[in-house]
Amino acid sequence: MQHYSGFGLIKHSLSHHENWQRAWRNPTPKKKYDVIVIGGGGHGLATAYYLAKEFGVTNVAVIEKGYLGGGNTARNTTIVRSNYLWDEAAHLYEHAMKLWEGLSQDLNYNVMFSQRGVLNLGHTLQDMRDIQRRVNANRLNGIDGEVLDTKQVQELVPHMDCSANTRYPVLGASWQPRAGVARHDAVAWGYARGADAHGVDLLQQTEVTDLIIEDGTIVGVKTNRYGDIMADRVGAVVAGNSSVVAKMGGFELPLESHPLQALVSEPIKPILDTVVMSNHVHGYVSQSDKGDLVIGAGIDGYNGYGQRGSFPTIEHTLQAIVELFPIFSRVRMNRQWGGIVDTCPDACPILSETPVKNLYFNCGWGTGGFKATPGSGHVFAASLAKGEMHPLAKPFSMFRFHNGALVDEHGAAGVAH
Amino acid sequence: MLHIYCPHCCEYREEEEFHVKGQAHLARPLDPDACSDKEWGEYLYFRKNPRGLHHELWVHAAGCRKFFNVTRDTVSYEIKEVYLVGEKPSVVAHSGSAK
Repeated sequence: MQHYSGFGLIKHSLSHHENWQRAWRNPTPKKKYDVIVIGGGGHGLATAYYLAKEFGVTNVAVIEKGYLGGGNTARNTTIVRSNYLWDEAAHLYEHAMKLWEGLSQDLNYNVMFSQRGVLNLGHTLQDMRDIQRRVNANRLNGIDGEVLDTKQVQELVPHMDCSANTRYPVLGASWQPRAGVARHDAVAWGYARGADAHGVDLLQQTEVTDLIIEDGTIVGVKTNRYGDIMADRVGAVVAGNSSVVAKMGGFELPLESHPLQALVSEPIKPILDTVVMSNHVHGYVSQSDKGDLVIGAGIDGYNGYGQRGSFPTIEHTLQAIVELFPIFSRVRMNRQWGGIVDTCPDACPILSETPVKNLYFNCGWGTGGFKATPGSGHVFAASLAKGEMHPLAKPFSMFRFHNGALVDEHGAAGVAH
Repeated sequence: MLHIYCPHCCEYREEEEFHVKGQAHLARPLDPDACSDKEWGEYLYFRKNPRGLHHELWVHAAGCRKFFNVTRDTVSYEIKEVYLVGEKPSVVAHSGSAK
């Protein structure tokens, strides 16, 4: 792998940047791998990277039906935080946060992780009580957090309407200073480049059409391009399409796939240097380095795989943003899109063994998977390498929906949906 | 914007008047106390979530407030059929085609 550095940039400028090495190979697959990861999004690529780098399993293939990082990795609003209420979730997301903090150096790829802080606004007394409870829980778990009052929020975000005259006045907020945003595409590309450098085969434009299962044990996958590819263990990291792959394995998951929309405005001058989220008026907004406002809100209510959503949802989203920021009311929106998020009944992910032996699923991240990318990849890689779920992943078994040990982050935490 | 035909109002109305309530034809176990944890968990949480034809329950929340079933394609979002609760759908996925 070619090392990226400032010196390299100057050196390559002498040859007009025409001689950069390709970031990853385009390999022909082997007949058999130790581990196959289905899905080349952020989580799948991170899984492959940590498998090869940390756990010494280099005979790995990532099979992606489209192009790398072209699904939800490219469609989210790039927010990274770890202020979850319950211990299980807090530990998992904080594990990811710690990896985020060293990720650019680890990958030798600038993921533009910017710890600009995240505000979760409270608009009712109950919101404020929930925020205090959550911030206390966070601090007990060693996660930074503060409860701010209206005045402190106004100081952080001078352009937000924090007056008492709004329909839903801002009473305060939780504030996680270490939270922030990262460049989503760079995360996928950085992990892909790192995985490839450690010998992982990245197979793009290759769709898994079926799973090969013998006596209740998975032994490989069928693909549309390379026929059958065998493997000792298979990890499915296919987000919105998890139920489709589970069906190939002959079981159901407690998931429903929904479109989640996001939109960006035209680029404007710097106006917002943090991330503002509100569960109550239901919207979130940050400003990218390019200057556009990155805006999101809730899922469309119905199931969908269409990677687009409906207009009423966009309207509700923008109503919330304009309620908070009347100054944005005349900013024009540039682009809008949808990603397919696989939502779990308890708003927590599934990192799990399945009814099929040696087949593992990493799914159900719902509307908040991007922030977990490094942690998710790391614990899933550990689980695939050992054939046993990592301790941080154990509470997130799909079988918790049989025994009732749910990790209910819905509403209770900073989960915005 | 989906335009949904309410079989009770006998009119097409806009999506915003309706709420989707999830998979249709879910039968509550007749004797919940006799269910194993697995059976009860699957009734509560496990859903079909197909890529393709899906039968789902909708309610005309801002209208007549009555429930009905919809058969909808989850990729094109096209509504294939609207039918009353208790009726069987006439448009169904062929087995194996709804991958």
